[in-house]
Amino acid sequence: MEDFRFEIEDHGLQYVGSERIDGPLVIVERIRDVGCDEIVEIMDADGQLRFGRVLDVSDQQAVVQVLEGTTGLSNRTLKTRFLGESFRLPVSRHMLGRVFDGLGRPVDGGPPPLSSDRRDINGMPINPDARRYPREFIQTGISAIDGMNALVRGQKLPVFSGNGLPHDRVSAQIVRQARLLEENADFSIVFGAMGVKHDVAQYFIRNFEESGVLARVVMFLSLADAPSVERLFTPRCALTMAEHLAFDCGRHVLVLLTDMTNYCESLREIGTARGEIPGRKGYPGYLYSDLASLYERAGRIEDSNGSITQMAILTMPSDDISHPVPDLTGYITEGQIVLDRDLFQRSVYPPIAGLPSLSRLMKDGVGKGYTREDHPALASQLFACYARVKRVRGLADVVGEEELGEIDKLYMKFGEAFEQRFLNQGEYENRSIDTTLDLGWEILSLLPRSELQRLSAALLEAHYRPVADGVAEPKRKEEEKEV
Amino acid sequence: MTVETKPVAAVVTRISGPIVTASGMRDAQMYEMVQVGDAGLAGEVVRLQGDRATIQVYEDTTMMKPGAPIRRTGAPLSVWLGPGLVGNIYDGIQRPLPGIRARSGAWIRRGEKVDALDTSKRWLFHPRVKAGDTVSAGAVLGAVDETALVEHLIMIPPGVAGVVRSVAAEGEYTLLDSIAELDTPDGPRKLTLLQKWPVRQARPIRERIRITEPLITGQRIIDTFFPLGKGGTAAIPGGFGTGKTVTQHQLAKWSDADLIVYIGCGERGNEMTEVLREFPELKDPRSGRPLMERTILIANTSNMPVAAREVSIYTGITLAEYYRDQGRNVAVFADSTSRWAEALRELSARLEEMPAEEGFPATLPTRLAQFYERGGAVTTLSGERGSISIVGAVSPPGGDFSEPVTQHTRRFIRCFWALDSELANARHYPSIHWLRSYSEYVEDIAEWWGKRAADWGELRTEALKVLQREERLQQIVKLVGPDVLPDSQRLILFLAEILKNGFLTQSAFDEKDMYCSPERQMAILRMILTLYRRGSDLIQAGAPLVKLQQLPCIQQIVRAKSSFGNDELEAIGTLETEMNSELDALAKEYEGKGS
Ligand SMILES: Nc1ncnc2c1ncn2[C@@H]1O[C@H](COP(=O)(O)OP(=O)(O)OP(=O)(O)O)[C@@H](O)[C@H]1O
Ligand SMILES: [Mg+2]
Repeated sequence: MEDFRFEIEDHGLQYVGSERIDGPLVIVERIRDVGCDEIVEIMDADGQLRFGRVLDVSDQQAVVQVLEGTTGLSNRTLKTRFLGESFRLPVSRHMLGRVFDGLGRPVDGGPPPLSSDRRDINGMPINPDARRYPREFIQTGISAIDGMNALVRGQKLPVFSGNGLPHDRVSAQIVRQARLLEENADFSIVFGAMGVKHDVAQYFIRNFEESGVLARVVMFLSLADAPSVERLFTPRCALTMAEHLAFDCGRHVLVLLTDMTNYCESLREIGTARGEIPGRKGYPGYLYSDLASLYERAGRIEDSNGSITQMAILTMPSDDISHPVPDLTGYITEGQIVLDRDLFQRSVYPPIAGLPSLSRLMKDGVGKGYTREDHPALASQLFACYARVKRVRGLADVVGEEELGEIDKLYMKFGEAFEQRFLNQGEYENRSIDTTLDLGWEILSLLPRSELQRLSAALLEAHYRPVADGVAEPKRKEEEKEV
Repeated sequence: MTVETKPVAAVVTRISGPIVTASGMRDAQMYEMVQVGDAGLAGEVVRLQGDRATIQVYEDTTMMKPGAPIRRTGAPLSVWLGPGLVGNIYDGIQRPLPGIRARSGAWIRRGEKVDALDTSKRWLFHPRVKAGDTVSAGAVLGAVDETALVEHLIMIPPGVAGVVRSVAAEGEYTLLDSIAELDTPDGPRKLTLLQKWPVRQARPIRERIRITEPLITGQRIIDTFFPLGKGGTAAIPGGFGTGKTVTQHQLAKWSDADLIVYIGCGERGNEMTEVLREFPELKDPRSGRPLMERTILIANTSNMPVAAREVSIYTGITLAEYYRDQGRNVAVFADSTSRWAEALRELSARLEEMPAEEGFPATLPTRLAQFYERGGAVTTLSGERGSISIVGAVSPPGGDFSEPVTQHTRRFIRCFWALDSELANARHYPSIHWLRSYSEYVEDIAEWWGKRAADWGELRTEALKVLQREERLQQIVKLVGPDVLPDSQRLILFLAEILKNGFLTQSAFDEKDMYCSPERQMAILRMILTLYRRGSDLIQAGAPLVKLQQLPCIQQIVRAKSSFGNDELEAIGTLETEMNSELDALAKEYEGKGS
């Protein structure tokens, strides 16, 4: 193992033995000059090195969290050396195209990166006064996103998924297709994998390769077989790298983090090992703040042209959106793309749920001067109509589709078209924003004008083309009765 | 025999995240500010035990070591009060973010020390007392034009009284220049434009008074249905993405308060940036001046240190009290009080206190009560009327209101705006649920409304009744569909739909509709309810509902809110006249046919 990250002049004292080993924690006593969050080198009986971090320190003892697990360590024989600084990652532009493990060590056979610029992976909070508000529309070529939940540069928009749902395919498609309307500036990509299986990592690597972006990707892989504690460092390494690329090199960076649920589980393990009072579902009470310390590292700043756009993927245990991981994520991110099992089972790809998905920054990046003037009102109308579809379907389940009123029947048709033609698209189909919006109008035209209350007369005039006669103003049941 | 006592140096003995333990602290006071370590990180003493003190540190403690020095300041955590607060943005312990930015760039480096107010800036002071005047706490010494919207009154600080020995002539002074000298029972005392006040202590008032005026927010569902009084307290709970922040931003923009204190505690950086960039551009609908001229921002975002999040709401409310004491109506927004409660929980866990419900400290209800109690309508020490209205966002886990923060908050507020995920999912904004929300200020402010719109109470009751009946009918519809209902009941469904689309929903992003004046609110509601009453009569007379639904005016009624701005009330009148003549025509058709 290379010792590249810890070239400390003075390796300081080495302590032999520890007081207690408990899960991922080692307690070392009678220490001197040790700091909170300091990095520790731990040597086992065979002379193998692992790394650890000081979580709590007093004049008596230090509580050290061992990153590579405590298997094989013994109180009598282990040796610790405190390295005099917190966890740092060397960063440089030349790390593009490289693959690292979850702690930032090369695993692609290449040399350790040469850089004297070593950053604390915890970063520092961005001053809200120095932020630049994100506004530039990113076209992903996916109608459900561009039309209804548009992503903007510098946004943090997670994907809430479930086991077996195609979140990897959807995010790979986004990586392949994402671009700005006006510019040809390419995204650089930082990929952080926490506790995912090898084949998932392979899938992404293959995709990056196919789409020819591999040279612009930096990967940090802490796969399922890596020690669980390592995952706590992986997203921080990834974001430290991203900050360098974005704010020092002026690049537009897309950070993909998967799977945040695994990350949170590691956090839970540490909490339990430390005997902390658990919060909901056993997750620590500070889960919100901890997640925020990652997600808030997205955005733009005034003094740089670069940007960090963040897509964190997480799987909702038993598809439960109120589970602490999606719940707290939703409380921090600027919206969420939710994948829906029901759509998936009906073979709609991408199965992006119509109603619970939301992009909060959409309002600032679409419309006149950004995409098209009709975009905001159109999206709002599609949402409203689709919400009605959901109600009508509920009713149809009770009274039977036949018994629905004429208008409700049209909504059923609209719902079908919306899902099969608007949401549904090919994995390699890249729709322009114009195509998406025109398609939206086409589908809205299945409904009569009187139903479209969120669209102004001018917009209707310009875009609304009812398909067939009789659809525009259908006869109502009552009228028929009356005649 | 004399024993040489060497003062024991105060040093750090343990570091656990934001909580530091120190020895050599026998003389320290509770809530005293200290500087920790060589970088001098700001901290506050929160527990004393013999020689040891527990300190919560407002900055990141990475690489702090046992043995690091501690410097005591001898004073509790206090804020600076004086001209220059308005238009500023601070972190949780009142460090100005632009000042920090000037020193450490885009990132907040720890250990930065920046004065809360610019002590070199000169302010034009207009004296209002003369030598020989007897003055007591709260009396106005003079005034400074802080912004075009805020005349800043310089007051005698609480606890001080005496005879004016001298007062500065009209002219420009810095915050530290002496502007008056008093003879007090404790001897002469110099006063400046600057005062300090400990944040955890409420500023004194003469007495609390009854709330009689609404805080007009320009949001229909709030002003008309669930109004907040000036000096009232409200909670706005809701799951993620239901609209807490947007609603609070709307209120901060359009409320008829004199001063806004917006506390972003533990929320997103971009949301604060949005306010910071947008408010200078937006005009106050009453004065036409930029909104930033009456706004103070406190930003302790979710990724900033958690201890500073805990204190940020006290910092905010203290600034609010200071302006209230000048006889103003202040509105405080806290987004989100749940994040603040979580900060309490985290700190309490680190202090190894005994947890109560869901890990929150047993003191949670007391702490919430203390916060909301600092709101209210008052007579100030100088006999003026002033008020602080507080609106706290609550972010319940999983959107479930039965959790401790929502439940306890309910005990201390009188206005509850319940956000509903289903409404939000259907993009019905604001997603304030009309049946689950309430306001206990309706009676208090009825008189105020009565003077402006005599039918306010009647209209709101009638509209709420329609919405309640609709809810019950929907239960039936869910089971059997709407077609089995008689027209008289389907009229309720139809009207409720119009109320929802044409009145209750109000987009924060619609130029014409983001602010709706009380007059326009009433004009639209009156029109809709006239349609309801006359529609009922028509159906009684035998007209089928579908005839009503097909009247050309219906579409326009639903769109009126975004077609006609606040200065186009006549247009709404014209529309109502049109509606009435269409209804007249229909009535003629069915005259005498009724049952
Ligand atoms: N009055 C409104 N008009 C238009 N859109 C709204 C309104 N209220 C909310 N929204 C929409 O809902 C989104 C979420 O609102 P908001 O950010 O206020 O949620 P929140 O309750 O503060 O969520 P969180 O708890 O995660 O902070 C907004 O981005 C906006 O798109
Ligand atoms: Mg919010």
